[in-house]
Amino acid sequence: MDKNTSVLIVDDYKTMLRIIRNLLKQLEFENVEEATDGSEALAKMRAGNFGLVISDWNMAPMTGLDLLKEVRADARLKHTPFIMITAESKTENVVAAKAAGVSNYIVKPFNAETLKGKIEKVMANA
Amino acid sequence: MPDGSPPGGPDPSPDGARIETAVRAVLGSMSGDLTVVEAALLAELEGLGRTVARAKQEIASLRVDDITLSHIPSATDELDAIVGHTAQATNEILDACETLEAVAGRISGAESDALATAVTRIYEACSFQDITGQRISKVVTALKAIEARIDQVVSRFGAATTGLPPPCSEAPAPAPAETGETEGRRLANGPQLPGGGVSQADIDKLLADFD
Repeated sequence: MDKNTSVLIVDDYKTMLRIIRNLLKQLEFENVEEATDGSEALAKMRAGNFGLVISDWNMAPMTGLDLLKEVRADARLKHTPFIMITAESKTENVVAAKAAGVSNYIVKPFNAETLKGKIEKVMANA
Repeated sequence: MPDGSPPGGPDPSPDGARIETAVRAVLGSMSGDLTVVEAALLAELEGLGRTVARAKQEIASLRVDDITLSHIPSATDELDAIVGHTAQATNEILDACETLEAVAGRISGAESDALATAVTRIYEACSFQDITGQRISKVVTALKAIEARIDQVVSRFGAATTGLPPPCSEAPAPAPAETGETEGRRLANGPQLPGGGVSQADIDKLLADFD
């Protein structure tokens, strides 16, 4: 797992951004940026070079699922590993995210081990 | 002929009096020709008319404005305050955690590991703020839907009492494509109650099935 990878975390709750950032810091990821909805994240991704996106689902104006679809439709960004971390725990949500090309899916509340395991898995497949 | 008056005497409201007068006039004009069954039926109608009039009066006395102008806005303000206070408390907990992490970095061995593990557990637990915030948002949405329905009932009731036609029945909800609603928005339901969603283990199995 390359700890120099730039990670973009996307969540409309500032405390959640802070928690995920601190957990990533424990995993020795130092290059972490934040966005508070899908459209801000998409602008940052188009302007930057991120090796991993960790996104919430339920945000406005652009949701995490819509961000995922935009990313997968963008020629330059489409292979970016994308982990959804969300409270959306219905089967239809997981199926829709998978159909849109999500790399992995974590349901809130989650633990640090789950986050670590999913990051290792998607980075290994990247 | 049965009286048909409900217990408690005649309805004193203007509507009730009008209905009673009309029904009595009909009964009076027909009394010679009525069978027992028809008379009983008319008495039932008279009682029904009184019940409708009483219901109208009771709805009018509910002071619905209190609900839409005071109770629901007050409840949503309180819920917003809960979200604000829990966010503030969570941030203070996170401040303390970051201080502890800095201390853990200055010590070594089992004590440092124990401190780091404890801090990680606090981070995990702090994600409650996100979940409770989303749950409260769902409650606020429900309250606003109730408020809209109350407005609708009052509007229909008001039109009925002034002799105006009631508003047309609700138009069917437009299709997502017409509103511009995305799949992401349509499926954004927030946290499920216990047993309502799938577990992380089930999600992992589901994802594995796709691979």
